[in-house]
Amino acid sequence: MSEIVPPEVRPKPAVPAKPSHVAPPSSAPFVPSPQGTGGEGQGSGRGSALLGYIGIDTIIEQMRKKTMKAGFDFNIMVVGQSGLGKSTLVNTLFKSQVSRRSTSWSRDEKIPKTVEIKSVSHVIEEGGVKMKLTVVDTPGFGDQINNDNCWEPISKHINEQYEKFLKEEVNIARKKRIPDTRVHCCLYFISPTGHSLRQLDIEFMKHLSRVVNIIPVIAKSDTLTPEEKTEFKQRVRKELEVCGIECYPQKEFDEDMEDKSDNDKIRETMPFAVVGSDKEYQVNGKRVLGRKTAWGVVEVENPNHCEFSLLRDFMIRSHLQDLKEVTHNIHYETYRAKRLNDNGGLHPISSSGHDTQESNL
Amino acid sequence: MLEPLEERLDQPLPAEDQDKEYVGFATLPNQVHRKSVKKGFDFTLMVAGESGLGKSTLVNSLFLTDLYKDRKLLNAEERITQTVEITKHTVDIEEKGVKLKLTIVDTPGFGDAVNNTECWKSVADYIDQQFEQYFRDESGLNRKNIQDNRVHCCLYFISPFGHGLRPLDVEFMKALHEKVNIVPVLAKADTLTPLEVKKKKIKIREEIEQYGIKIYQFPDCDSDEDEEFKQQDQELKDSIPFAVIGSNTVVEAKGKRVRGRLYPWGIVEVENPAHCDFVKLRNMLVRTHMQDLKDVTRETHYENYRAHCIQSMTRMVVKERNRNKLTRESGTDFPIPTAPGVSDSETEKLIREKDEEVRQPPHTQTQEQECVTQECVDQECVMHDECVQESVQEECVMQEESVQEAEHCAELC
Repeated sequence: MSEIVPPEVRPKPAVPAKPSHVAPPSSAPFVPSPQGTGGEGQGSGRGSALLGYIGIDTIIEQMRKKTMKAGFDFNIMVVGQSGLGKSTLVNTLFKSQVSRRSTSWSRDEKIPKTVEIKSVSHVIEEGGVKMKLTVVDTPGFGDQINNDNCWEPISKHINEQYEKFLKEEVNIARKKRIPDTRVHCCLYFISPTGHSLRQLDIEFMKHLSRVVNIIPVIAKSDTLTPEEKTEFKQRVRKELEVCGIECYPQKEFDEDMEDKSDNDKIRETMPFAVVGSDKEYQVNGKRVLGRKTAWGVVEVENPNHCEFSLLRDFMIRSHLQDLKEVTHNIHYETYRAKRLNDNGGLHPISSSGHDTQESNL
Repeated sequence: MLEPLEERLDQPLPAEDQDKEYVGFATLPNQVHRKSVKKGFDFTLMVAGESGLGKSTLVNSLFLTDLYKDRKLLNAEERITQTVEITKHTVDIEEKGVKLKLTIVDTPGFGDAVNNTECWKSVADYIDQQFEQYFRDESGLNRKNIQDNRVHCCLYFISPFGHGLRPLDVEFMKALHEKVNIVPVLAKADTLTPLEVKKKKIKIREEIEQYGIKIYQFPDCDSDEDEEFKQQDQELKDSIPFAVIGSNTVVEAKGKRVRGRLYPWGIVEVENPAHCDFVKLRNMLVRTHMQDLKDVTRETHYENYRAHCIQSMTRMVVKERNRNKLTRESGTDFPIPTAPGVSDSETEKLIREKDEEVRQPPHTQTQEQECVTQECVDQECVMHDECVQESVQEECVMQEESVQEAEHCAELC
C-alpha cells in the first residue's frame, strides 16, 4: 500500500499476481553471514547461515492479510470520442456493470457542449480482496465541431486530484489512510480508421502523457483485418515516437533488466486492439463473450481475434500495483515539486491555520 | 438492360394503329438511345466524410477501378496544417458498348482538424463554382460542347462508431442539402451486428428528420408498376442510410472468389446482401437512379442556384426573365419513359435542334407552366418532390401537345 510505505522502498505486491512475474525480493534468502556455515539447518535448507528459522518471510503473509482487510483503490479514466465503446470495455474488463452504460439507442442525453467529468465508484470483490474501483468518464471529448482545448477539463480534473492529495498530506493531523482519488490510469481510445492518429489524439496525449499514465487502445478493432491492424499499430507507434509521447509503461521508469524485458514485450504490442462486449454466445459448445455478426462471432477473449485478454492481463493481473506506484512516485511527485517551487518553498497551509514550518516537506 | 426496350418498340403495333394515325415518333426513344450510346454519359459523384471511413475503398469497389493507386497517406503531423482540399479523379468506364465518364470528387482533410469550424465551406464553394461555370457556359454563345461538371450526387459517410449523427455531420448536411443530392451512407458497417445496424439506421433517420435535413428523396414509382418492383422500391427507401462495406481485395469464400474482407472469425462479402447494403447502393446509384440524380441536380439544385444568381444580379424584372428562360429550358425536355441508361442531355440537344427548325411559339406553354414553376422558383426553399413531379408531368402533357403541333406545322409548311 503506497500510502503507508515511504516512497523509496518498493516492495513487490503481495496480492495474487501472475506467479511468473512477481518475485518478491523479501523472500530471497539472506546473504549468509560470514561466520558459521550449515548450522542446524532446521526445516528447509533456507538461509544457509541462519541459525534456525526466524520467520521473516512471513511478513508477506502479514502484508497480505492487512492489504486484504484494507482493500484497494483504483481509479481509471476513459477518454475518447463518444461511441467508441469505452463503457462497454470497462464493464468487460471488470466483468461487472461498473461504468455508466449509455443505453445508446434510447439515449436522451445529447452530446454535452463541453467536456464533462463523471465519476462512478463501485466496490468489487474477488478472492477475498476488495477493490474500490472508480471509473471517470469524459463525455463530450472530441465530439464537437470545434475541439480546441477539449483536454483542459480533463487536465484540470487530474491536477485537482493531486491537489487534494497534497493538501491531505501536508496536514498536521493526517488521516491514517489518505483517500486516493488520483487517476492511476487513463485509457485513451483511438478510433480505428486504419490510417494513423488524428490530430486530436496527438494533442491530447502530448498534453497529458507527463501528468498521468496513458494507455492507448484501439477501440472497436473488429473493423480491422489482421494485416490492417499490424500496419495501423506500427504507424501509431511511429507517430508517438516522432512526437515524443511516452505512454505507460514508460521506458525511463524500468528498474531492472527483468522489468525492461517484460515491458519491452508489452510495448511491442501496444496499442492494444480491443473489442468489448457484455453479451455471451455459444461457440463450439462454450459460452463466450462476443459479438455476433452475419459472418461469424468475434470472441472477445480469444487472442487470435483481439487483444482484450492481453490488455486485461497487463492492466489488472500484472501491472495494477505498478500503475498506482508510478502515479504516486512519479506523477504525483512531479506535481508536488512544481507546486512547492511555484510557491517558493512554502505552501498554503491546510485548515489547521498554523504557519507552515512543517519539516515533513 | 437495353434489349427489352428495343423489343418493346419493335413489336408490331395492333392493326388499328397501322393506318394513317401512326406517325412513328414512338421510335424516338430508340433514336435517342442510339445517339446517346455513341456520345456516352457523364456522372459526377462527390464523397465526403472524415478520413478513415473507407471512402476511397468504397469508390473503388463501386466502380471496380483503382482510382487511388498511388495515394500517400499523410501522418498526423503533416495533417496539422492541411486544410480541406477538393480533388478530382476522372475515369472512363465502358461496359457493353456504353461509355461512362465518371468523375469522383474527394474531400481529403474534411473533419480531421481539431477545430473543424466551417470546414464544409470549401466543399460548398466548389459546388457553387461548378454551377457558376455551367451557368456561364449556358449563357454563352457557343453551347455545343458544354462540359457538365456539376456534382450530381454526394455520398456522405457517417461514422459507425458514434451514436447516430455527430454535430459535424448535421452541420455539413444542412449546409449542403440545398446544393446537391445527399445520400447518407453508414460506413464500415462490418463493425456492427445486424441489430446495431438496424437501430443505428432508425436513429439516423430520426435525427435527419429532427434537424430538417433534406436528403435525396427517391421518386415514388408509378402506380402501375408491378408489386415486386414497388416492394423493391420500398425496401430501398427503408435502407437509408445504406450500411456499406468496401474492399480492395479479393478473397475466397465458399469456393468462389469475391470482393471481401478476411477476418479470423469469418469472411465479409461485399456483394452479399445479407452482409451489407453495398449492392443496393450500387444498383441505386448506377442502375436505376443515375438519371434521376442528374435530373434533380439539373432541375432543382441548379435552378435554385440560377434563380438566386439572377435575383441577386438584377432586382428588377426578375419574374419575366425567369419566365422566359424557364420556358426555353423546359420546353426541350422530352418525356421518355424511364428506361434506365437513356440520357436526357442527348435528348435535350436533339429537341433543341428540332425546336429551332420548327420555331415553337413559347406562349402556349407559358401560362400553364408559370403557375407551377413560379411558386417553386420565387420562393427561396427547395422544390419538393411533388412540385417537381407535377411540373414534369405538366411538361409531359405540354410537350406532347407541342410536338403534335410542331408536326402539324411541319406538315403544313
